[in-house]
Amino acid sequence: MTSTTEPTEPLSVEQLSATTLLRFATAGSVDDGKSTLVGRLLHDSKSVLTDQLEAVEQVSRSRGQDAPDLALLTDGLRAEREQGITIDVAYRYFATARRRFILADTPGHVQYTRNMVTGASTADLAVVLVDARNGVIEQTRRHAAVAALLRVPHVVLAVNKMDLVEYKESVFAAIAEKFTAYASELGVPEITAIPISALAGDNVVDASANMDWYGGPTVLEHLETVPVSHDLAHCHARLPVQYVIRPQTAEHPDYRGYAGQIAAGTFCVGSEVTVLPSGRTSKIAGIDLLGTPVDVAWTPQSVTLLLEDDIDISRGDLLVPSKDAPATTQDVEATVCHVADAPLTVGHRVLLKHGTRTVKAIVKDIPSRLTLDDLSLAPAPGQLVANDIGRVKIRTAEPLPLDSYADSRRTGAFILIDPADGTTLTAGMVGESFAAPEPVKDASDDDGWDF
Amino acid sequence: MTTAATASQETDSPYALSHLDALESEAVHIFREVAGEFERPVILFSGGKDSIVMLHLALKAFAPAAIPFTLLHVDTGHNFPEVLAYRDRVVAAHGLRLHVASVQDYIDRGVLRERPDGTRNPLQTVPLTEAIQQHRFDAVFGGGRRDEEKARAKERVFSLRDEFSQWDPRRQRPELWNLYNGRHAPGEHVRVFPLSNWTELDVWQYIAREHIELPEIYFAHEREVFQRSHMWLTAGDWGGPKDGETVEKRRVRYRTVGDMSCTGAVDSDATTLDAVITEIAASRLTERGATRADDKMSEAAMEDRKREGYF
Repeated sequence: MTSTTEPTEPLSVEQLSATTLLRFATAGSVDDGKSTLVGRLLHDSKSVLTDQLEAVEQVSRSRGQDAPDLALLTDGLRAEREQGITIDVAYRYFATARRRFILADTPGHVQYTRNMVTGASTADLAVVLVDARNGVIEQTRRHAAVAALLRVPHVVLAVNKMDLVEYKESVFAAIAEKFTAYASELGVPEITAIPISALAGDNVVDASANMDWYGGPTVLEHLETVPVSHDLAHCHARLPVQYVIRPQTAEHPDYRGYAGQIAAGTFCVGSEVTVLPSGRTSKIAGIDLLGTPVDVAWTPQSVTLLLEDDIDISRGDLLVPSKDAPATTQDVEATVCHVADAPLTVGHRVLLKHGTRTVKAIVKDIPSRLTLDDLSLAPAPGQLVANDIGRVKIRTAEPLPLDSYADSRRTGAFILIDPADGTTLTAGMVGESFAAPEPVKDASDDDGWDF
Repeated sequence: MTTAATASQETDSPYALSHLDALESEAVHIFREVAGEFERPVILFSGGKDSIVMLHLALKAFAPAAIPFTLLHVDTGHNFPEVLAYRDRVVAAHGLRLHVASVQDYIDRGVLRERPDGTRNPLQTVPLTEAIQQHRFDAVFGGGRRDEEKARAKERVFSLRDEFSQWDPRRQRPELWNLYNGRHAPGEHVRVFPLSNWTELDVWQYIAREHIELPEIYFAHEREVFQRSHMWLTAGDWGGPKDGETVEKRRVRYRTVGDMSCTGAVDSDATTLDAVITEIAASRLTERGATRADDKMSEAAMEDRKREGYF
């Protein structure tokens, strides 16, 4: 075992600055050893500092445990430590010479599916953990479905507890094959299966001596090298206007800039842009990247656009290239994950936040609810309760420029909010969802919707 | 001044942002969301490095206009003089408005009582929450980072607080994509943490990249200190050293700035930003583990204080 007190080779300032950021999420059932995996990843990559480890050792000792319980590194709340389970998403930070990582450590309980949705919504990669003794179980399928639904670009299947199946290749191969077939069907674009033992440290950070038959990367190697997609050639450029910057000072009497974080694609000085939903057009006169003029800017940069014409633009508008404007609609069809305790029902009056725009909306229909275990669709469930995933039709009070979530994870996403108390009710993804093995069973549903 | 995004050397894509550019862009987005959705936001400003970085990000987010926020300092009365001087200099330089909520006032009025250990950090909660109520602030920016502490790791970027400023970790709103939900009832407010995803090292690298000025106590200097609970504390009017504690002169610097009574210095020779970064990258102690006594009081010290309204 690697000692945390052993000093790491210090990195130079240049080395530290040139790294990229990978956001990833972990998911696993209760006793699959997810906290141990995360603890091992932090520990063996030397991201756990001496005082943190001492605290863990002290608590482990006081509970009569022989070895430090690495899961204690991640369970941050009193209730979590008392119950020994992870209740809420926690964010962890660690770095290697090659990359910075933001880890959304999400709970595995079925009643916390919404927390995995939370973690996966911003993740470039998801690690789905299974126990080698149990193989692909319902919960694994649920995690794969959520990763597919949220369109997480990369999925890692970590087959854990290989030490308990004598490190047998045949066990790993069978699980990997079954999972890959299932996840591919869901439309998960890339799956990497890795046999590990989080407890013993096999293939988490260091390559395992117990599994010579495995020639692939360790979990950390894969996290360090997986390409984070920046291919913007086919992306539609989108800028939700957050705030209008008007200094009105002697130095800048006429400055009028539209500030926002580019949600997709690239914007160039000189391009024609259209303001949605009004449909007015102008040309980009300048782009300020936080005080510095640039000719071109791209997602996810926060910028300020200056236009040639003084037209009416305010928070909530969407700036798009005139030649690539999405249609606006008041009828939203989407797959949603309900995240609030109170159910979502047909007729529910809500607020819908899309980009920087919040509008009144009403739930017109809930045509189907997805059974995550077998991906079958139950027609007309009437309501969605916490952690349910289903299809909804929503009518909005004002037209919205919506992209399909399949095209853009930013401008194809929305949340529903309870207008009475502000609760976040539902996570929404516009348009078709993932391909289902079976079509909708209800014959009366001829909308052609499927998952 | 920084130029356009630094393309990473690790991928061929010209569109990859370096991790600092990605964090900066995200933080600016958060500042602008608050400016767009709230009536009376305020930035908690202590003169410490995290709040200094927050202020710098806010200035960039709204340039060339002024930032549309006021500042609030919760003053424990046990300040490092260099930090107070820095605070006033920055406020004047940018034409900002600063509110001060003073723990000493509360003690003088008999509302708060000095703790036997002399630590005033936990006493900040009442002046903070009363200032929020009094000025009807609806969004309060804090420099808290999730890497600081395990209870903070559970914190949302937009964190709803009730009329008593309480945090209930089990009733947090899920935070999806970057669609932050700032809805709140009258009397409630939202704590906003634009540096949530930053680490201590990110903060220092950003300070170096942006050439941000800091109070001198962050760099190695000779100082009269004494040892208590394995930490080097600065002697002062706040009540240290006690009998049996001896003052000595050491070459130290601070990793955090807080109440003098519970913020420890570390031995250091780092007099430049590069040296500080190298030192932190090699350190085997967390920022809070090395220098904060108040977090060591119990396993859930931070969680408990946050529940009460501490930022």
